[in-house]
Amino acid sequence: MNRQQALFEYLLRLGDNALILGQRLTEWIGHAPALEEEMGSANIALDLIGQARGWLAYAGTVEGAGRDEDDLAFQRDVMNFRNVLLVEQPNGHYGDTIARQYLFDAFHYPLLTALSACTDQSIAGIAAKASKEAAYHRRRSAEWVIRLGDGTAESHAKLQQSFDTLWPYTGELFALDEVDHTLRRTGVAADLTAVRREWHEHVTRTLAGATLVPPQEGWMQSGGKQGRHSEQLGYVLAEMQFLPRAYRDARW
Amino acid sequence: MYSQFVDTGVERMRCAEELPELERAFQDKIDSDIKIEPKDWMPEAYRQTLVRQISQHAHSEIVGMLPEGNWLTRAPSLRRKLILLAKVQDEAGHGLYLYSAAETLGASREALIEALHAGKAKYSSIFNYPTLSWADVGAIGWLVDGAALINQIPLCRCSYGPYARAMVRICKEESFHQRQGYEIMLALCAGSAVQKRMAQDALDRWWWPSLMMFGPPDAESIHTQQAMRWKIKRHTNDELRQKFVDQSVPQADYLELTLPDPALKRNEQTGHYDFGAIDWSEFWSVLKGDGPCNRQRIATRRQAYDEGRWVREAALAYGAKQDRRRAEFS
Ligand SMILES: [Fe+2]
Ligand SMILES: [Fe+2]
Repeated sequence: MNRQQALFEYLLRLGDNALILGQRLTEWIGHAPALEEEMGSANIALDLIGQARGWLAYAGTVEGAGRDEDDLAFQRDVMNFRNVLLVEQPNGHYGDTIARQYLFDAFHYPLLTALSACTDQSIAGIAAKASKEAAYHRRRSAEWVIRLGDGTAESHAKLQQSFDTLWPYTGELFALDEVDHTLRRTGVAADLTAVRREWHEHVTRTLAGATLVPPQEGWMQSGGKQGRHSEQLGYVLAEMQFLPRAYRDARW
Repeated sequence: MYSQFVDTGVERMRCAEELPELERAFQDKIDSDIKIEPKDWMPEAYRQTLVRQISQHAHSEIVGMLPEGNWLTRAPSLRRKLILLAKVQDEAGHGLYLYSAAETLGASREALIEALHAGKAKYSSIFNYPTLSWADVGAIGWLVDGAALINQIPLCRCSYGPYARAMVRICKEESFHQRQGYEIMLALCAGSAVQKRMAQDALDRWWWPSLMMFGPPDAESIHTQQAMRWKIKRHTNDELRQKFVDQSVPQADYLELTLPDPALKRNEQTGHYDFGAIDWSEFWSVLKGDGPCNRQRIATRRQAYDEGRWVREAALAYGAKQDRRRAEFS
């Protein structure tokens, strides 16, 4: 794997994480538990999809094959998506969505902060803007974790279950492979060990504040970053990509 | 419109001499364009009419998120998805401002929403039609937000302060909504034959329901006369509808789309467009609950509300715990 291929893969990971999680959040619009949450979910989705545009547009440039952000978002199949499995998991109930969001935000913020100092100026630029948004995302989702965890007996039980179910998807966030190794040598990729340290500390503190028990460490899911996904992603893409695929040459 | 049929509870207009003193002072303020604020004295019928009108409007914003929300996950480009998402988010915001305005009149958001879910409150008939293709999102922005704008601009000068101020904020956003819708139509009409057919089909389905948005002819109605005297309505439904038709015809021409009304014709004498008869039986049927999506829309809202109950309860319980903890420390 040469540097350019690794960079393309890396950008797809960043872009696809933001895109798929943003797409999942838009499924809530019209169905959220309160008007304030309709607006809150839409805000996060707007930020994430906005970030995805930046990453995917740059990925297209790096690839040099003439693909733009929409070609990459709408014309790739499951095996070519590089998002982590966590973000493609179904919305479930609001507690599931909050737990998924928090586990991701707690990773996303330190990752983007590290990338703001990246030797690649384009990455540093997108990351600097996105990390400000991610700081807010993490604050909001952590507050919801605490509110639901320390709310009623029902919300506490539900949220504990959400974290237990999603926990096996957190290992993949920090798993290193050839892409990371290739890019680490030139100071492009973030140091995931440091990101993990901050993630772990933040999650531990938030779960304690929420009176939740940290899930048992054990077997972890993996594969999303290499294009081996869960059954969920195919349906997400089928819905999201329908129009550009049904009308191949149409402009919208 | 978003409040298509508002009962003022008034059966007969009274002249100034017949009004009790407080009410005469109230009417004097309105006549001299002084805003009525929440703490001011107001006749009970004025208060109730406003609650009805504002809550119908709020419900319309919220139910109105559903037909377009139906295409959020399927928007055909990332840019379109972001624009539509921002638009639908605005509508949630409009609902929030409006429920807050209704709360200044002593209504509670909770109770208003429960009335909606129980099928007791009205909302605009337009949102009971399905969005079958992406072009429907364009047609809604162009026609439905366009019609809303025509109806709501005069409400920025409405006599009730909180409602008027909410409308000022809302109208700014509605004009962006209309533009994004028209821009979708422009792209479709400049596209392939299939896209153009999609646009025409959407226009065919949304045109007449859009005209119905303004409500039945009401120049003669006692409710209209009363609402106008109170300055919570500024023009009759037919005046606003005519304005909408006059505005839309050249826009449709520019798109090279055909409005589905063979009787539509420019009247050289009046300078306005004459148009065909509206099927008011369809309007009344949809308003009473028998439209293509009425049951589905309410069921969706009710389900979201019911499934979100534990979340709202948890937030309240947590807030109460925090208050207790703070009290113990101080
Ligand atoms: Fe609106
Ligand atoms: Fe609107």
